Amino acid sequence: MISLRELRIHGRGGQGSVTAAELIAVAAFAGGVYAQAFPAFGVERRGAPVQAFVRFDDKKIRLRSQVYEPDYIIVQDSTLIRDVNVFYGVKEGGIVIVNTEKPITEQVPPGVRVITIDATTMALKHLGVPITNTTLMGAFAAASGEININPLEAAIRGRFTGEMADKNIAAARDAYTHVRGVT
Amino acid sequence: MMEIMEGSHAVAHAVKMCRPEVIAAYPITPQTHIVEALAEMVANCTLDAEYITVESEFSALSACLGASAAGSRVYSATTSQGLALMFEVCFNTAGMRFPVVMSIVNRALGAPLSIWNDQQDSISLRDSGWLQFYAEDNQEATDLHYLAYRVAEHKDVLLPAFVCFDGFILSHTYEPVEMLTQDQVDSYLPPYRPVLRLDSADPVSIGLFAAPDYYMEFRYLVDRALKGSAGVIQASGREFGEMFGRDYSALVEEYRLEDADCAIVAMGSICGTVKDAIDDMRKDGIKAGLLRIRTFRPFPAEEVRKALDGVSSVAVLDKNISLGAKGAVCMEVRDALYGTQIPVQGYIIALGGRDVRKKDVRNVVDLTRSGKGDIFYGLRNEVLK
Repeated sequence: MISLRELRIHGRGGQGSVTAAELIAVAAFAGGVYAQAFPAFGVERRGAPVQAFVRFDDKKIRLRSQVYEPDYIIVQDSTLIRDVNVFYGVKEGGIVIVNTEKPITEQVPPGVRVITIDATTMALKHLGVPITNTTLMGAFAAASGEININPLEAAIRGRFTGEMADKNIAAARDAYTHVRGVT
Repeated sequence: MMEIMEGSHAVAHAVKMCRPEVIAAYPITPQTHIVEALAEMVANCTLDAEYITVESEFSALSACLGASAAGSRVYSATTSQGLALMFEVCFNTAGMRFPVVMSIVNRALGAPLSIWNDQQDSISLRDSGWLQFYAEDNQEATDLHYLAYRVAEHKDVLLPAFVCFDGFILSHTYEPVEMLTQDQVDSYLPPYRPVLRLDSADPVSIGLFAAPDYYMEFRYLVDRALKGSAGVIQASGREFGEMFGRDYSALVEEYRLEDADCAIVAMGSICGTVKDAIDDMRKDGIKAGLLRIRTFRPFPAEEVRKALDGVSSVAVLDKNISLGAKGAVCMEVRDALYGTQIPVQGYIIALGGRDVRKKDVRNVVDLTRSGKGDIFYGLRNEVLK
């Protein structure tokens, strides 16, 4: 049995991909599994393509390489699909969550489930800014089952304070409910 | 209690519980999060220490040296070019026998500029008289700080220590870490009681010049203390294990070596990936094992020789290169095995942050078994023309 599951997050600098990876790991650990989150260590520039990774396992995680064959992919910005092979290595049976208001026209690997969500509109509604990381964390919780919404809320509250936390939690919950509805 | 947090913050928290009285550091990627966190603790009065902001790494370690001379427990952290700038002070700190503990968040050295991980920085200071510990994961990265202070301040050692852990790969990774409580740390690490310190009421001179008729004796005594620290590490590491369940009495870790044909020798975070690769290879009937060097200085030659007894080949992974010669670990392992017939192959690997996958470890084992080594692993073809 393979117990290791891996998530790769594609985003652009400034969209909070690294924060998303960290908070997903915090929520997963609170749910009783081992988790490891780390960025693809680039030179940070706003707008540049970035990646962050999360591993989940029932036992201690020793592996330190980047994620090449993910079970899950989150794409924070659909314009990345033109520049980066975001589907690279995704496992058969894998889940890809893409932030877009349009259907995906690109070639998707066989056996992979693509979930599209207009996270930008949701983030604008709740946060007033198009930063989609917390929204997509809610979508990930619903689509993957790797994390529950309550520890995710706690993780968000651990990172943000006051009204900022409330707004991000509302965004995550909105996406969670939306994806639960469509899957 | 097990908590999940960033490696840098886990280390900062561990350092705080060691109750340093003086901290001097200069920020440099990927070490910055540690000293930022400590500066915040001092500013918020949750850590009662003097935090000295300085204009360079040279001054950072100089301030630590001075504070240690005055009898304080001191701490610094750096990496790469920052450590290079401390070169002179590193030798002085060891020569004057000050038990400074410094985190080295391992990073490549320029040129060309690289912010990414390898172990060239601390390896380049291997001859400076500091103890050098290398952590595989963030649990060790925290625990080794408690151990480092215990050993460094021991009256028979009185030498500074590096706690090395891989930049980004550990420092920027969130993973679960079992943090000790302040009471636990206090019970393991008593306050520093200097044997000799600068005191205006009882003046002494430390670090004066030595003429040719005495200099060698000073060097001999540093070497003797550093070699002798192995016994203190074993005793202090055993006690840590008895108190908290994680035993650091061995200077090396053996993983599936007992029946291995091919032994991999490595240091730091790469060893986690190597262990997973070994488990996979074992399923395919390849009998590989790992010897992880946790303490590079003092070098545990006897343990290495004992652990590798009976293997038919050895692959040493070096995240460093002594340019014009070989990787530093490879040279030590060959020296330790001098007089045996065990072939040792060296691989320069993962310089400047190049990622290492399980398949790379398997490739290295295949190369070793076919007698091909002493190479840079995974080079792009264009440089081989």
